[in-house]
Amino acid sequence: MVKPTRVTNSIRALRSAHGDLTQAELARRVDVTRQTIIAIEQGRYSPSLEMAFQIARVFGVPLDEVFHYPADD
Amino acid sequence: MSYEEKGAWVYLVVSVGVFGAYLVVILGRLADASVAGVHFVTPMLWSIGVAIGANVVGRILFEIARPSESRQVDRRDKEITRQGEYVGGLVLAILMVVPLALSLAEVDHFWIANAIYAAFVTYAVTGTVVRLVAYRRGF
Repeated sequence: MVKPTRVTNSIRALRSAHGDLTQAELARRVDVTRQTIIAIEQGRYSPSLEMAFQIARVFGVPLDEVFHYPADD
Repeated sequence: MSYEEKGAWVYLVVSVGVFGAYLVVILGRLADASVAGVHFVTPMLWSIGVAIGANVVGRILFEIARPSESRQVDRRDKEITRQGEYVGGLVLAILMVVPLALSLAEVDHFWIANAIYAAFVTYAVTGTVVRLVAYRRGF
């Protein structure tokens, strides 16, 4: 299946690094449903810039440590 | 599955099911009467009413069977709904040419009313399928 976005992310790893933060807790802190966090983690949904900043703020890291975009070859 | 996605599934099943039942009733009546003589208004109004009621009941039953974590509608839900409405709206705009042409041709009310009804059901089904694909595969 072709993923709808080329944006990848490290949310799962960051959750683990932050005391196994649950998807539900991250969702609560970003004010979205847990299904949206799952969709973002799986690359099925590319969040808005604002939501991306909110997620990065939860982990206390810059945006590009959470989301990545492949360089053009 | 989120609360909104469950609602989309209920809406799809109810829309297809009720319109299918309506078609069975009308086609049955057409076997015994001409288009001009067939009584379609009451079944059509009933099917619209039943669809509204079944959607509410279906959603309640779905929640009882598989309760949602929350009933929150977040930004992703709104974007998916907007995408479904956009595609469904395009379909509706195109299909509405049919009843317009039928009315200009002054054909029997049966055809005009049913063309409009079919267009609305197609709009509902198309928009909901787009939403469900977006929920399942992403967008």
